[in-house]
Amino acid sequence: MSQNDGNNAYWDANVRLILISLVVWAVVSFGFGIILRPMLSGIPVGGTDLGFWFAQQGSIIIFLILIFFYAWRMNKLDQQHGVDEE
Amino acid sequence: MDQFTLNLLFVGASFALYIGIAVWARAGSTSEFYAAGRGVHPVTNGMATAADWMSAASFISMAGLIAFTGYDNSSFLMGWTGGYVLLALLLAPYLRKFGKFTVSEFIGDRFYSKTARMVAVICLLVASITYVIGQMQGVGIAFGRFLEIDAFWGLLIGSCVVFAYAVFGGMKGVTYTQVAQYCVLITAYTIPAVFISLQLTGNPIPALGLFGEHTASGEPLLAKLDAIVTDLGFKEYTAAHGSTINMVLFTLSLMIGTAGLPHVIMRFFTVPKVSDARWSAGWTLVFIALLYLTAPAVGAMARLNISELMWPNGTDAVAVSVEQIENDPEYAWMATWQKTGLLGWEDKNGDGHIQYYNDQNADLQAKAEANGWEGNELTNFNRDILVLANPEIASLPGWVIGLVAAGGLAAALSTAAGLLLAISSAVSHDLLKGQLTPNMSEKSELLAARISMAAAIVVAVILGLNPPGFAAQTVALAFGLAAASIFPALMMGIFSTRINNVGAVAGMLAGLVVTLVYIFLHKGWFFIPDTNMFTDADPLLGPVKSTSFGAVGALVNFIVAYVVSGITKETPQEIKDLVQSVRIPRGAGTAVDGH
Repeated sequence: MSQNDGNNAYWDANVRLILISLVVWAVVSFGFGIILRPMLSGIPVGGTDLGFWFAQQGSIIIFLILIFFYAWRMNKLDQQHGVDEE
Repeated sequence: MDQFTLNLLFVGASFALYIGIAVWARAGSTSEFYAAGRGVHPVTNGMATAADWMSAASFISMAGLIAFTGYDNSSFLMGWTGGYVLLALLLAPYLRKFGKFTVSEFIGDRFYSKTARMVAVICLLVASITYVIGQMQGVGIAFGRFLEIDAFWGLLIGSCVVFAYAVFGGMKGVTYTQVAQYCVLITAYTIPAVFISLQLTGNPIPALGLFGEHTASGEPLLAKLDAIVTDLGFKEYTAAHGSTINMVLFTLSLMIGTAGLPHVIMRFFTVPKVSDARWSAGWTLVFIALLYLTAPAVGAMARLNISELMWPNGTDAVAVSVEQIENDPEYAWMATWQKTGLLGWEDKNGDGHIQYYNDQNADLQAKAEANGWEGNELTNFNRDILVLANPEIASLPGWVIGLVAAGGLAAALSTAAGLLLAISSAVSHDLLKGQLTPNMSEKSELLAARISMAAAIVVAVILGLNPPGFAAQTVALAFGLAAASIFPALMMGIFSTRINNVGAVAGMLAGLVVTLVYIFLHKGWFFIPDTNMFTDADPLLGPVKSTSFGAVGALVNFIVAYVVSGITKETPQEIKDLVQSVRIPRGAGTAVDGH
């Protein structure tokens, strides 16, 4: 039973981390890149605005950071909960 | 050395390299054939996955798609990279832990249903086969333009090379050739982009040059581009013109579709550990981003170059003359590409100049009337030539052109090989071993895998030579199927113990059917022309175009699966245990056993 509880805590922590990461994923692409672009139009970036930069560059860079952050956090979580690969 | 010899040299050398790898990396077991023995380093796998994923469409077409629409097509950039976040967080580590060989096998085992497995196999086959047609056409175009041989021989040579490493090497051979192909394609893409960025902005990094200053005018590059394209009567480059809802749904559909494409997912079966699958997704995106961060710069800069070549001093001065196009070395690329049928011009008003402008635009129509222009004279301008002709347009040295030829072929061949592998493993592992002849020995399964790979190559060549009229439409189909059927089934299989066999099958079929029907309603039933009831200019559901429907199909899949599972028999305990074990990395090595 205790093994099972430990796994549930591990899984809940994982799901929480995924949800946070997906919020960031959605905000930079659908948010800054598309829906919120009119609100960012006041911030000029090289002949256009910040929203254009997020749509063509920024979101890709944030995606990259997100995946590496998730991998790093999860590998630590695996160890904390004793479910890492021996 | 003339251009033809240079092209031959680059393409020949790259092919020799691929065949060399094929000889070195032969597969001896089904584990090596399907999953490269699960011994691929995460960085190596990242590089191979990047080549697997970046097809002729990414290499040849994407910059052109962005160049001609500007901001509105940013969906391709975000969609085709954002899918890797979904893959890394929601699918790859768990499917690696599951430790089998095909995507459909997971769906069959998790939903304890042969029907579910067969639905997945059918989606996989349709998505992969439609996708491979485009790669084969890309091979044909690259051969035709750079080596001046017709598509038939080009495809034959290309498929023999794929045959050599894919049939004998399986996933193992494909992995290491894809690594080589990645190196070729990224070099080929980056070098011309760096040159052009230096010429236009003085910044050697194209992604920074895009937001830098246009040296010749002293204005920001994108502001200059906006001014030039509006002068020609086209829409402003950096502004949004389409519906926001459609752009969001289209981006989301590309993301979900990317994460659900079986030939990409199966690459994550090749790494040794679950944690490697997580890192590997990150490395994949690093290697993809090198091209995707450069592509928008390539598109914008090519658009600027071409517009300035056609109107050296804007539309208030004279356009380029026919004599210049025929004699000036700066315009020599136009004659070269005219031969391929991808570029064409016609001096309609006989004034000896070629006026390139948007003749649908009211302002330009007035201007045309005042100046005696009789319509746009750059009559044929295929956006696919932008990347391939880019080095010539920017007057770069001949070896760069040879490199681009090898790069385009590398992009098309690496994706074709990945798709063929997905097709052959679905046939030999899911259909034969899983369904028809379960008692097959490993040796005969390996033989069956090789025979189905060979057969798939033959089918791909035939389809590549005689592409069905609807070939261009089918990319939406491949992404739609992956998004609406495969991705939701995989995700629910991992994140919910509640979804049972009936629910999963009902969900997949519902997602599949609504997506297919929506595409057919807009593109014609089974893509037969003139049988469509709606058009993408005026879609059935508000602004939602048929290419953006995959995300809606996925939502239908989730809802139907959830509701049907709620009113049917609960998932058995052993399946719940299976889900629990998939969620935990520990024991990934042992999951391979039993094969």
